[in-house]
Amino acid sequence: MITLTLNGLTVEAEKGSTLLEVAQFYGFPIPTLCHMEGLSPYGACRLCLVEIGEGARSRLVSSCTYRAEEGLKVRTASSRVVRTRKMVLELLLGSCPQSKTIQDLAAAHGVRQQRFRQEYDDCILCGLCARICEQQMMANAIGFRGRGEKRSIGAPFDIKSDVCRLCGACMYVCPACELRCTYTEPEKAICGGCANLSPPCVYADKFDDMMCFMNPCVACDIK
Amino acid sequence: MRTRLSPEDVIRIVDKFDGNQGALISVLEAIQAEYNYLPREALKIVASRTGRSLVDIYGITTFYSGFSLEPRGKHIVSVCTGTACHVRRSVEVLEGFERHLSVKAGETTHDREFSLSTVNCLGACALGPVVVVDGEYHRRVREGDVANVCEHARQLENCVELTNDERIFAVQVSCPHCNRSLMTDGRLLDGYPMVRVTASFRRKHGWLMLSSLYGDYRIESEYEIPPGTVVQLFCPSCHAELKSTRICASCDAPMISLLVKGGGTVQFCSRRGCKEHMLDLVNEDATAV
Repeated sequence: MITLTLNGLTVEAEKGSTLLEVAQFYGFPIPTLCHMEGLSPYGACRLCLVEIGEGARSRLVSSCTYRAEEGLKVRTASSRVVRTRKMVLELLLGSCPQSKTIQDLAAAHGVRQQRFRQEYDDCILCGLCARICEQQMMANAIGFRGRGEKRSIGAPFDIKSDVCRLCGACMYVCPACELRCTYTEPEKAICGGCANLSPPCVYADKFDDMMCFMNPCVACDIK
Repeated sequence: MRTRLSPEDVIRIVDKFDGNQGALISVLEAIQAEYNYLPREALKIVASRTGRSLVDIYGITTFYSGFSLEPRGKHIVSVCTGTACHVRRSVEVLEGFERHLSVKAGETTHDREFSLSTVNCLGACALGPVVVVDGEYHRRVREGDVANVCEHARQLENCVELTNDERIFAVQVSCPHCNRSLMTDGRLLDGYPMVRVTASFRRKHGWLMLSSLYGDYRIESEYEIPPGTVVQLFCPSCHAELKSTRICASCDAPMISLLVKGGGTVQFCSRRGCKEHMLDLVNEDATAV
């Protein structure tokens, strides 16, 4: 066990645990977007920023990747953290303004303005989908490609991957694309739940227990 | 350079690195040196052979601009679009090349002669706008110079032609990494320009000239090379090692591989005194001697 200071409180933490885990254990809320239990920490979204150190030497680190250290002084909600977190959210909102997850986070953290041009991207490059595909689904079907502004997520060569099982986990974890069921275009469907039924759900009023992770199926909901 | 992919060759290249996971970039470089680009099937073989996922390998090949997933032309034209070149109107130069070659930046002409690409800075801003063709820098290029630059590259390729002598003929070689010609301008042997490379052995590092006549073992070098020494050869332009993935059949030393103008590779043993060599031409009627 190591001892550190968390928001002025002396707390004990297991060696090797991340600051995010420690803060959550002691009940200090830290917003996250690219963090998910069971997946390796990645530190892409920068929402979980905390301030470590004191005075002029203090700095911001992503708590999901930073390990707890003996005697470390951590602040999870200092004015600098709150200010930066709002800026991060505003930037995320600029790239994916249509994302419900990001909208909700922005609202919860009091982002009241949008000063950046809205891009309407469908990806914030958080890597959740690639990590769940690799670490939980053991498929390794999608991943990062390219570099810089051309960086994107997808399958190699932009063709359907041989190892993809259409499990839909990537869509399930995605905070940005929030793909709707593509039941009208079964060949493009990722989950394939509807297409597995015959006749496809296009002709049906409603299916219960589709084993579709979109419960209830968005397509059925629309009708 | 080979044009047809053979899975056995790719497997041989991968296995040379003993399944070392950290050697992935070296494996890819070796494959690219062989084929001039990274064929899709080759990446799949690399993935299954090294146990890494295709996603990882594809991510690496798309990350580094040195790797190409499309076949590239014989001549690689890079137009600098960095800030200094940009203000000196490199955009017009690039458009000139696009018009002259009828391709967009990042594409290859239909006859596989030229590949056009842009680079962000070549560190030679005082010479801007800079255009690099097969490793050769052209300074202060204007839109009107475009045709000359392309013609110059074509001429360099044709300045030595294979003679009609069936037994001894001169080859014109270039570096398989940067595609720049290794032929000297001034130094002639029997009337043919010599091949100049950098040689390194036993902590000695100096120039080495090889006869360009195929089957001729005459060399000149800065340092005396004792017989039996295995020499590492490097390209004098890009400093990449000119190593083949093959091993000499007679003495197990690594073979040296050079691109032959017109398509194909010439390979010879890196051990002084060993006479193992082979010529691998794409043109099937020119068989090895």
